[in-house]
Amino acid sequence: MIGIVDYNAGNIKSVERALTALGISYVISKNPEDLKDCSKLIFPGVGEAAYAMDQLKKSGFDVFLRNWVKESKPLLGICLGSQIIFEYSEEGDTQCLGFIKGKIRHFNSLDDSMVKKGIKIPHMGWNNITEQNGGSKILANVPKDSDFYFVHSYVICPEDKSIVKATADYEVQVPAVIQCGNIYACQFHPEKSGEKGMMILRNFCED
Amino acid sequence: MLKKRIIVCLDVKDGRTTKGVKFQNNIDIGDPVQMAREYYKQGVDELVFYDIIASARGRGPILDLISRVASEVFIPFCVGGGIGSVEDIRSTILAGAEKVSLNSKAVQKPELIKEGAAIFGNQCIVLGMDAAKDEAMPSGYRVYINGGRVKTDLDALEWAKKAVDLGAGEIVLNSMDADGTKDGYEINLTRMIAENVSVPVIASGGGGTPEHLAQALTEGKADAALIATMVHSGQYTVGAIKESLKNQGVPVRL
Repeated sequence: MIGIVDYNAGNIKSVERALTALGISYVISKNPEDLKDCSKLIFPGVGEAAYAMDQLKKSGFDVFLRNWVKESKPLLGICLGSQIIFEYSEEGDTQCLGFIKGKIRHFNSLDDSMVKKGIKIPHMGWNNITEQNGGSKILANVPKDSDFYFVHSYVICPEDKSIVKATADYEVQVPAVIQCGNIYACQFHPEKSGEKGMMILRNFCED
Repeated sequence: MLKKRIIVCLDVKDGRTTKGVKFQNNIDIGDPVQMAREYYKQGVDELVFYDIIASARGRGPILDLISRVASEVFIPFCVGGGIGSVEDIRSTILAGAEKVSLNSKAVQKPELIKEGAAIFGNQCIVLGMDAAKDEAMPSGYRVYINGGRVKTDLDALEWAKKAVDLGAGEIVLNSMDADGTKDGYEINLTRMIAENVSVPVIASGGGGTPEHLAQALTEGKADAALIATMVHSGQYTVGAIKESLKNQGVPVRL
């Protein structure tokens, strides 16, 4: 059974609907207790890092997720959920969950020439990804150079670059897929990336 | 590389898709959910649903339709028409839309853009703007509301800039002069807005051939192009348009 973490951070219904369309059974809950018997967790999120961390603490999901990761159970972070599993985010100067070493930085703080060059932020729309460091299990059977739907202004900057399994080119190389042990993360929205995004969800959910 | 987006627009009236020329004489052209499914299969990048009479009649958003589309179509889509409060925005997004388009209501209540962006993020708030040529205006274009039926005092360029300052994350720029004519997008208007705002601009109105789209996406500096008649008429598929754009050197998702 797949668990979906509901912590009042944006549109998680789209993840729910994607799993329904794939015929994958899931539990969605605001209460960590309801998800304790799941075998895998999807950790979605749209919104602001500080607010999201606040919601995670209030609901007890911060502790629940920490224990989950300690037990090496599979976790898939999506968008904001792919970011706040790192240690710190410049967004709202926020201490995050710290499951993986690294920071989340704004595009402009990474490369201050982006504004001058007229590059629009957020990085929004369809961008192709290139596999790095041998790719990841969740990218199995996904055709090379497939496009996925991105919407973000902050970028994952992991300490260990070898955990970056795919990148997208947007003036800087944007980490798009992360795999670190049993923690998986997509900066883009697989649930809004058409059939190729659905393949990623299926790859994660089915073993 | 970020791709140029092809967005199909479905004007919805009483639960059916409709299409008119220059905002007049709307005819029924099908079931919006079925059409959305078909365009999704053809590889459309995004969809926009406009409830075209909601603003005029002061009605709320089309929640049931949104939820049915979201269950079958796994790409982003935007909903406009009749969204006049933060609660309308919330219910539209919770029903499954990624974005809401504020048009008439944004003109009447600009703080709605600001409030919506603060709660849901700039990427959720799209400014829909209907503009027509008007020599009396500083930029040469005037903003209209209520589906083009009501003239405002707003200059198109000034309004676009103000809306972005308030928090709009994208602008759907509809040329009323070009709408439904199939003679091509209003390149002058599109480029003027695109060059002067920091958010993506979606060219709308007048697309009749893949060459028109290519022109809007290169010369017009638009980030995306909105189409309706071209595909609703069956003359083109989204796939054929994208193939042609690719051959013309425009980066698209295939």
